[in-house]
Amino acid sequence: MADFLQTLLNAVTIGSLLALVALGYTMVYGILKLINFAHSDVVVLGAWTSVTLAVVLLPRLGVGLEAGSIPPVWAGVLVLVLAMMICGGVGFLIERLAYKPIRKAPRLNALITAIGVSLLLQNVGQLQYTIIDNQSLETSGLMQERGTDARTIRLAQAIELEEGTQYAIRLYRIADIVRATEAIGHPEAEAWKRYVTERSALPSLGTLSDTRLRLSPRTIVPEVSGRFEAGSDIGIAQPIGRSETRDAVFELYAISPHPPLKLPFGAMPQRIPELLPQKTLVQHDFTTEIAQADGSVVRIEKPLRITLLDIVIVGTAVILMLLLELLVYRTKVGRAMRALSYNMETAQLMGIPVNRIVSLTFVIGAMLAAAAGFLYALKYTQIQQPAHTTWVLLGLKAFVAAVVGGIGNLRGAVVGGFLIAFIEQFGAYLGQQAGWQNSSAYTDVFAFVLLIIVLLVRPAGLFGSAVREKV
Amino acid sequence: MLLSVHDLDVHYGAIQALSGVSLEVEAGQIVTLIGGNGAGKTTTLRAISGMIRPTRGRVMFDGREITSTPAHALVSRGLCHVPEGRGIFANLSVSENLDLGAYCRHDRLGIAEDRERALELFPRLRERLKQNAGTLSGGEQQMLAIGRALLSRPRLLLLDEPSLGLAPQLVQLIFTIIREINGTGTTVLLVEQNAHMALAVAHRAYVLQTGRVVKSGPARQLLEDPDVKKAYLGG
Repeated sequence: MADFLQTLLNAVTIGSLLALVALGYTMVYGILKLINFAHSDVVVLGAWTSVTLAVVLLPRLGVGLEAGSIPPVWAGVLVLVLAMMICGGVGFLIERLAYKPIRKAPRLNALITAIGVSLLLQNVGQLQYTIIDNQSLETSGLMQERGTDARTIRLAQAIELEEGTQYAIRLYRIADIVRATEAIGHPEAEAWKRYVTERSALPSLGTLSDTRLRLSPRTIVPEVSGRFEAGSDIGIAQPIGRSETRDAVFELYAISPHPPLKLPFGAMPQRIPELLPQKTLVQHDFTTEIAQADGSVVRIEKPLRITLLDIVIVGTAVILMLLLELLVYRTKVGRAMRALSYNMETAQLMGIPVNRIVSLTFVIGAMLAAAAGFLYALKYTQIQQPAHTTWVLLGLKAFVAAVVGGIGNLRGAVVGGFLIAFIEQFGAYLGQQAGWQNSSAYTDVFAFVLLIIVLLVRPAGLFGSAVREKV
Repeated sequence: MLLSVHDLDVHYGAIQALSGVSLEVEAGQIVTLIGGNGAGKTTTLRAISGMIRPTRGRVMFDGREITSTPAHALVSRGLCHVPEGRGIFANLSVSENLDLGAYCRHDRLGIAEDRERALELFPRLRERLKQNAGTLSGGEQQMLAIGRALLSRPRLLLLDEPSLGLAPQLVQLIFTIIREINGTGTTVLLVEQNAHMALAVAHRAYVLQTGRVVKSGPARQLLEDPDVKKAYLGG
């Protein structure tokens, strides 16, 4: 019983995610008769954007999600709304830049373009960006020698240390620099050698940033602030040896109080912080009695848990679907969308701004995808790289859901999404009940077998109808 | 002049569909374009309403040039085009189709008033408001198309073959209504294959042949013209 209910719960949760993604496929198809292959990549983008916002951006803006400065639920809502807006913008750009220029071209062109956009997004997603370095170079120059004691250094040139900023001084021994530049035949190698032997002018300190040199400077932290003239001593946190300061160059860095802004787009799996308290709302223990061969009875307790997360996922998905339903069937814009999907030319004659409505469709589809990505990241906390099988399968199954429901039909997409989830979850469950070892490995098979059956029996999908036109 | 078209050329790829078409529509009149299949009647309307871009020439509407104005922007200026084949949205209800006619308007009261007027003009539509527009008969669809166009409160109504495929008594009804609409001050540019009926209701007419205007004049005069009689009126 517990297994059955747990399967039911999983099917509903996964179904609502698939339905959200499937809606985006079906909306765009309904209006442009285009299968937007980039849609599943927008789902991944939604997950990334959520992680990026939650891990990096919002903490920098002073909105600590984990520190508890605002209740986690509101933080979650904030992340969701922002991710939806960002992905909506991306959806808008995809349509404007990739699909609009070829709207009147043969449909095959659009299809190939869609695959291209998908590949582009996947590959951009492999990149990892560091937007702001965690430290900025303030000044650099020659370090004269050690100061009056081991905890001070004497400066060869004036520096200014502002209060409230954290600094780090990196000391590079000139002997090390000479050795390293010589080893790789660096163009500045001669200049450094001459500096040591003839005390000629100090060579360009740009050499220090050459990573090929593999210099390992000693990092020391000044303990004071204010302006320090040349020849003055400044206190440091750790004692330092004389050989380290004599004939050394230094670089002074200001360190920002935040960790480096690395956008977590990239091949490394990322974790989303817990935006929701891990709370179990309903827990019920089911007891199963199993009669053993020797006549004794073994009792197994299996709990059914409905977590807050499950409710949030299904609830958010259902709310978004209802909002979409209202928009499409109850508003003027929705009426325009439906008119457009039937006949774009005549829609223009009604005064409907076609380009704007098409853009809006893409934006809404991308927003739903972003929400699905966010919810998916909450449930499966590890975020994989964009071309990972997990994402490819999610996108593919959502597409299957749209086709099964009848592509172009909103309600069909929702039904299709839940149907796929139920078939795969219960397929695995029933397989297990029947004593089939490892039946959960076949979940994807169930989904695609459903596709094949539907395509054989009802090629237009469950809710689709062959286009009927009366003239 | 409410509408004047100067020296219009339209090409479909390498094929020239219109060459040097000029015509004028005076406010308050019914003007008709007649001609055989492929003469360029529909193309002329599409070029006027911004559905296709002419390769040469100018279209002036109400004293302003609209040659490169996109179709959707013209509706709010008072130019409404009822396309050939009616352009009914079969996936929407009759009521929703009517609402789309008023897409560009925001005056609730005015819309309600015009909607009422359209339903008085076509009482059959009132009975079918909730029905899917795809289930209407051909005649009802034509009524819906015209009624919907009226909801945009047009100053110039472009009608493309409103009598196409309709039973004779319905054709009569449609033409009566066109005259009625014109009676309330709406200017009409009518494209018709049924030259007899068209010339009977129109004030002025143009005859198109292979993309050129070959004759024009008061409709009554063209009705008596021997060439027109021979070519379009069955002798």
